[in-house]
Amino acid sequence: MACTCGGHNEALFAQLDEVIEQHKDMRGSLISVLHKAQGIFGYLPEEVQAYIAEKMDVPLSEIYGVVTFYALFTMKKKGKYTFNVCLGTACYVKGSGKLLDKLQEELGIGVGETTEDGLFTIEACRCVGACGLAPVVTVNDKVHGHLKPEDITKMIADIRAAEQN
Amino acid sequence: MSKIASFEELKALQAEERAKIAVRDGQAPNPANLAKHHVLVCAGTGCSSSDSMEVMAALEKQLAEAGLSAEIDVVKTGCFGFCSLGPIMVVYPEGTFYTHVKVSDVPEIVESHFKSGQLVERLLYEVPGTGTKATDMSSIPFFQKQKRVALRNCGTINPENIGEAIAHGAYQGLGKALTSMTPAEVVAEVEKSGIRGRGGAGFPTGKKWKFAAGYQSDEKYVVVNADEGDPGAFMDRSILEGDPHSILEAMAIGGYAIGAHHGFIYVRAEYPIAVGRLEVAIAQAREAGLLGKDIMGTGFDFDVDIRLGAGAFVCGEETALLTSVEGKRGEPRPRPPFPAEKGLWNVPTFVNNVETLANIPVIFTEGAEAFASVGTAGSKGTKVFAMAGKVNNIGLVEVPMGTTLREMIYDIGGGIPDGKAFKAAQTGGPSGGCLPASALDTEIDFDTLVAAGSMMGSGGLIVLDETTCMVDIAKFYLEFTQDESCGKCPPCRIGTKRMLEILDKITLGEGTMEDIANLETLAKTISTSALCALGQTAPNPILATLKFFREEYEAHIVDKKCPAGVCKKLLQYSIDADKCKGCTLCARNCPVGAISGTVKEPHKIDTSKCIKCGACMEKCKFGAISRG
Ligand SMILES: Cc1cc2nc3c(=O)[nH]c(=O)nc-3n(C[C@H](O)[C@H](O)[C@H](O)COP(=O)(O)O)c2cc1C
Ligand code: SF4
Ligand code: SF4
Ligand code: FES
Repeated sequence: MACTCGGHNEALFAQLDEVIEQHKDMRGSLISVLHKAQGIFGYLPEEVQAYIAEKMDVPLSEIYGVVTFYALFTMKKKGKYTFNVCLGTACYVKGSGKLLDKLQEELGIGVGETTEDGLFTIEACRCVGACGLAPVVTVNDKVHGHLKPEDITKMIADIRAAEQN
Repeated sequence: MSKIASFEELKALQAEERAKIAVRDGQAPNPANLAKHHVLVCAGTGCSSSDSMEVMAALEKQLAEAGLSAEIDVVKTGCFGFCSLGPIMVVYPEGTFYTHVKVSDVPEIVESHFKSGQLVERLLYEVPGTGTKATDMSSIPFFQKQKRVALRNCGTINPENIGEAIAHGAYQGLGKALTSMTPAEVVAEVEKSGIRGRGGAGFPTGKKWKFAAGYQSDEKYVVVNADEGDPGAFMDRSILEGDPHSILEAMAIGGYAIGAHHGFIYVRAEYPIAVGRLEVAIAQAREAGLLGKDIMGTGFDFDVDIRLGAGAFVCGEETALLTSVEGKRGEPRPRPPFPAEKGLWNVPTFVNNVETLANIPVIFTEGAEAFASVGTAGSKGTKVFAMAGKVNNIGLVEVPMGTTLREMIYDIGGGIPDGKAFKAAQTGGPSGGCLPASALDTEIDFDTLVAAGSMMGSGGLIVLDETTCMVDIAKFYLEFTQDESCGKCPPCRIGTKRMLEILDKITLGEGTMEDIANLETLAKTISTSALCALGQTAPNPILATLKFFREEYEAHIVDKKCPAGVCKKLLQYSIDADKCKGCTLCARNCPVGAISGTVKEPHKIDTSKCIKCGACMEKCKFGAISRG
C-alpha cells in the first residue's frame, strides 16, 4: 500500500512493517502493535490504523474501537512538549488541580489540546506512581515533583527560551 | 548464568551468591577479593524522578577517579519505601542511611565517608522530636513498626541481577514445590496459609487456585494483574521494580498447582521502569533454567510473557483485563462463568494481584503456619499500604494485618504536616470510603474496614486534613469513575453521571436537601444493578462521606458555605480594614487586579473580579485577609 498520508515518510511505515512482522505469531497482539505504532508515529491517525488493518487482516472498525477505548492511544498529533498533570488522589489532595489551572491559563489551551505553534500539549493522567513527590507533572515522560504553580510558569518560560535559541 | 540443573544446585548457588554480598549482612565477602563496601542507590520511580540515577553515575565516576572502584560497589536497588526522603542511598556494611542525596553531595560523600571514615551528618535523617540523627534504618521510626514480607527484597538487592535475588532465596519456594509436593499439596499449602487476594476483593487465593485446578483442560493460564489502577497506590509498581523474580517464581508455582504452562503479566503502560525490570528478569530466569522447558530438571515447563495496558481503569477488573490481554476493548463480561472455568481465550485461568503473588514464595520457604501466625483471625499476613496525602512520611508501609490507623499515620507516618488536624483517611481508592478520626483505633484488616464503612481495596491510604472538603473528595472520585466507566451498562454509565451532576450542584451552592436523598437512592440502584464492580462500588465514596460528614454536605446546601474553604463558588475573600496596614503586597500578587487601595491605607477586594485563588491571603503578613 502506498503512503497516503503526506507527512509520514516511507521509513516510518517500513518500521511499522517490521513491528507487524515481529508480532505475527503472537496471539492477541493488536494492543502491542498499536503501542509500537504510536511510538513510531507519535499518534495513530486513520491512515496508520487503516494500514495496520490491512496488514494484520483485522477489520478497521475493530482497530478504531480499540484505539478509542484506551486513553493512552491518541488520534491527535501532540506538541513537542507534552505536560501531563497527575490528577491521582495523592497529587490532587496536594493541589495538582492548581497546577493544571495554571498551565491552562499560561498556555491558553485546555486538556487534550495543543498550542498553535505546535510546542505544547496539556494532558491529565491518574498517578504515575511517584506519589511521594506529589504534586507531580511529567514533561515528555520526565517527572517533576513537589511543584507549585509558580514553577509551571518558569518551566514554560525556560522551554520557550530554549526554543528561541 | 548457566542453567541450573537441579534444586540441589539452586540451594548451593544461594549460599555462594549470599556470601558474595555478605557485606550487606555486615560480614566479610567471600571470595575475599570482592568489594568491602556496597552502596545501594534507590532506582525506583520515586527516587529516579529526583535524579537518583544521575547521583549513581556521579558516584561511580568519583570513586573511579579516587581509585576506589575495586573496594566499593555501587548497586542500583528497588524502593526503600520512604519515598519522601528520596533520593535514598544506603552504605554497607555500616548501614548508613543517606537521604535527599544530590549530585552535588557526591564529592563530600566520597571524601568524608569513604576516604576519612566520617559520616556526612547533614544527609542523615533526623528523628523527629529528638534532635538526633539516625545512622541506620533500624533507628528510624518509619521502619520500626513495619514487617516487610511482600517487600522483603525491595531495597536490598539489585533487581536486574538474578544472582542477588537467588542469594535472598528466590526460586527456593518453587524448587521445594516442584521437587517435594504434588500440585494438590501446593494448593492445599496456599489454602492453609489463609492468604486473601491483595488486589481488592480479598478473595482466598487457595480457593481460587483450587477452582482453576479443578477444571480439566490441556490449556490453562496464570495471569498477573499489574494494572494498579487505584490512583495513589504504588506498591505493585515497587514490587515489580524492586523484586520482579518473586512474581515470576509465584507464577510458576501457581502454574504447577493448576496445570498451566504459560503466564501473562498485564502491566500498565504508565510503569516503564517496572516493564524494563520484568523484561530483564524474564530473560535472566530463562537463561538460568528457572523459566522455560524442564525447570531445574524437574520436567515442568513454564514461561511468561508481558502485556501492556493502555490506560483504562476498568481493565483492572479481572474479566476486562483478560479481554484486554486478548488484544480487544477491555470491557468486563458477566460472571459466572468465572475465569477459573472460562478465562483467557476461554480456558481455565487464575488472575492474581502482584502483591498477593509476592507473598506466595514465602509461604513455601517459611511454611503456611509461619505465614498465618501474622495478622488477624480473618486476614493473614501483612498488607502494604501506599500512604500519601497530608501526612509527613509519604511512602510504602508494610504492616501486620490488624495494625491500627493511628499507628500507621502517627507512629509510622509521623503525623499530619503543618500542625493541621487529621480529618479522615481514604482507603480503597475510587471503590472505597473514608474513615473519620473516631476510627483511628480500629485494627485494620479486610473485614474491619468493610464493617467501618470502607474497604481495603489495593491498599491506597490517603490521609486528609482539615483543609480537605469531603464533598469535593467525593466529587473527585465520582469524576474518576464516571470518566473510567466503560459505558457498557446504563446504571454505571448514566447513574455515575447523574450523581456527579448532583455533587457539582452542591459544590456550586445550588444544592437542595432533596439532592442528598436522590444521591442515596441513585447509589442503591447503581450498586445493585451495574454489571461489574467498577459501577457497583462507584457510589461508595459518596455513601461513606455522607455517613461520616453529612453536616459538611448540609453546610454547602443550607448555609452555602464550604467549611474547609475549598469549593470556590462558596468562598468570599475580604480584607479586615483594622488589620490591613496597606502594605500593597496583596494587590501586587493578585493575578486579576481585583485588589485596590493606596499605600498605608486599608485595601479592598472587588468580589466581582476576584477568582478566589487565595494568593492574597497566603501573602498577607498581617492576617488581614479572611475567607468566609
Ligand atoms: C474496576 C476495578 C478495578 C480493579 N483494579 C485492580 C487493579 O488495578 N489491580 C488488581 O490487582 N486488582 C484490581 N481489581 C480486582 C480484580 O478484579 C481481581 O479481583 C484481582 O486482580 C484478583 O487478584 P487477587 O485475588 O490476588 O486480589 C479491580 C477490580 C475492579 C472492579
Ligand atoms: S459497571 Fe461500568 S465499568 Fe462495569 S461494565 Fe458496567 S459500564 Fe462498564
Ligand atoms: S483571592 Fe486571588 S483573585 Fe481574589 S483578591 Fe485574592 S489574590 Fe485576587
Ligand atoms: S497520585 Fe500523582 S503520582 Fe500518584
